[in-house]
Amino acid sequence: MDFYLPIAEVSVNAPLLIALGAAVGFISGLFGIGGGFLMTPVLVFLGIPPAVAVASEANHVAASSTSSVISYTRRKAVDFRMGGVLAAGGAVGSLLGVEVFRWLRLLGQADLVVSLSYLIFLGVIGALMLWESLGSILRRRRGDAPKPRKDRRPPWLYGLPFKVRFPRSRLYISVIPPILLGVFVGILSAIMGVGGGFVMVPAMIYLLGMPGKVVIGTSLFQICFVSAFTTYMHAVTNESVDMVLAVILILGGVVGAQIGSQLGAKLKAEQMRILLATLVLVVAVKMTFDLVIEPSELYSLTWVRR
Amino acid sequence: MKTLATALSLLLALLAAPALSQEKVVAGLSQNRISITAQFNGEQILIYGAVKRNAPEPDGAPLKIIVTLQGPSLPVTVRRKVNTGGIWINRDRVDVDSAPTYYAVSTSAPIDQILTHTEDLRRRITIPTAIRSVGAPATVLDSAAFTEALIRLRTNEGLYRLSPYAVDIVEDTLFRANFDLPANLVEGNYRVRILLYRDKALVDEATETVFVRRVGLERWLANTAVQQAEFYGILSLLIAAFAGWAAAAVFRFIRR
Repeated sequence: MDFYLPIAEVSVNAPLLIALGAAVGFISGLFGIGGGFLMTPVLVFLGIPPAVAVASEANHVAASSTSSVISYTRRKAVDFRMGGVLAAGGAVGSLLGVEVFRWLRLLGQADLVVSLSYLIFLGVIGALMLWESLGSILRRRRGDAPKPRKDRRPPWLYGLPFKVRFPRSRLYISVIPPILLGVFVGILSAIMGVGGGFVMVPAMIYLLGMPGKVVIGTSLFQICFVSAFTTYMHAVTNESVDMVLAVILILGGVVGAQIGSQLGAKLKAEQMRILLATLVLVVAVKMTFDLVIEPSELYSLTWVRR
Repeated sequence: MKTLATALSLLLALLAAPALSQEKVVAGLSQNRISITAQFNGEQILIYGAVKRNAPEPDGAPLKIIVTLQGPSLPVTVRRKVNTGGIWINRDRVDVDSAPTYYAVSTSAPIDQILTHTEDLRRRITIPTAIRSVGAPATVLDSAAFTEALIRLRTNEGLYRLSPYAVDIVEDTLFRANFDLPANLVEGNYRVRILLYRDKALVDEATETVFVRRVGLERWLANTAVQQAEFYGILSLLIAAFAGWAAAAVFRFIRR
C-alpha cells in the first residue's frame, strides 16, 4: 500500500513506515529520547529529501513524546517545573543554534561540524554511561552498597545562587544549571536536527542528580515542546513538513511510545542506563564507519524546490 | 545569369531545413492529463501518430523517429564527498541552474544513427543537452563529473531514460511509443516532442503537453503548506497532540 507524499513528491510504502514509526516511538518512550537521529537517516535512505525528512520527523517526535508524557504523568513521573525550566532554556538555545548553524553553512563547514558533533557526543556520552552503569551493576552483583545519592551529585550544584525547589525531583538547587543545560541542548538540537534526549537524559542523571524515576518523563516533556516548536518553525519557514508522511509515522509512533513508556517505567535504573548506553554506542560506531569508510556513492543531489 | 540565380535560390530553399518535403507528423496522446492521487503509483502514456504525406514516400534513407517526454526543470546542487583528514564529508559542490526532474527519450533506432551531434546540441534532444548552466567554483576542476553524476543518479532512480528501439514504426506511416512514468513525479507541464528524421536531417517536429497535477487531498495539502503555512503548522501540531492523547486514552482503556 503506497502513498504519494505531496511535499516530498515521492511515493512510499505505508506499512513499512508505520512499523518504523512504531519502533522509533517505542525506543523514544522507553529511554526518554526523541529518536529523530535514528529515524531521519532512514527516511533519507528511503528517498525523502533531507529537509522534508527532518521537518516531518520533528512532527512525529512531537506526537510520540506527547503520548509518552501523558503516560508518565499518570504515574507522577514527570517533574513539570524542571521540564519547564529546561524547555525555556531549550527555546533560547534553539534560536541561538539556528544562527550558529546558518553561520556554519555560510562557511561551508556545516556538514563537517554536524558529523563530528554526532560522533563526539554520541561516542563520549555512550562510553561514559556504559562505564558508569556497568560499574553500578557489578557493584550490586558483588553485594557492595550502591554509592550514596549525595556522593553522586556534583557539589558545585548546591553552591550557586537562585535556588528553587523541584519537589518531584527531590532537589533544591539553583536554576542556573538547568537553564544552561536547556540552552546547550537547544543549540545542539538546532545544529544536529535532533531532540537532544541522548544528551539530556545522561545530563539529568549525572549532572543534576535527578532520581531515575522522573528522568525519562521529564526529558520527554522537554522534547515534546522543543519538537513542537521545531515542527512549527519548519512549516512556516521552509514549508517542509509533509503531513501525509507525518501522519503515517505518527500512527505507528504514538502506539509504540505507549508500549515503550509502559516498559520504561518498569525498568530498573541501571538496566535503563546500560541499554541506552549500548544503543547510543551502537549508533556512534555505525556513524564512525559511515564517515571513515569510503561511501559507495560519492555524489548526492539537492533539488531547489519552489 | 537569371537562370543561375533562380537555380541557386531554389537549391538554397531545398537545403533549408526542415525539408520542404511533404511529410508532416500528426500526433496524439492516450491521455494528456495525469492526476496524482494519494495512492499514485506511476502511470503509462502512449504517444502515437502518423506521418501525413501528399506525395509518395521519398526513396533512400528510412524514416527515423525520436519521441521525448520532459518534465519541469529545476535548479539542483550536486555535492561530492571528499576524504578530509580521514573522514568523508561533502566538500565539493556544483550548482546547476536547470535540470529536468524527468526526461525520457525514446527512439526507433540508436540515436547516433538518427542525428548528428551538432543537431543534437541545436535541438537539445539527448539528456546531457537538457542540463543547463553548470556553475562550478574555482576549486572544482572537473565539473563534467558532476553532470555525469547527476545523470547517473537520476537514471538509477528511473527518472532519466534513454530507450532505443522503443518507438515502433509501422509501414513508415504509423508510430507509437509507450512511456512508463514512475511514482516520483513532480507536478507541472510535461512537454512531448516528436521529431521525424531522414538521413540525419529533420523532416518535421510536433509538440504536445501532458498536464501532471496533484488532485484532491494531495493538492489541498501542498497548497495550504505554502499559502497558509501558519495554519498548516498549527494543524500539524494539533494532529500530533490529538494522536498522542488518543493513543494514551486507548491504552489506558485497554489496561483497565
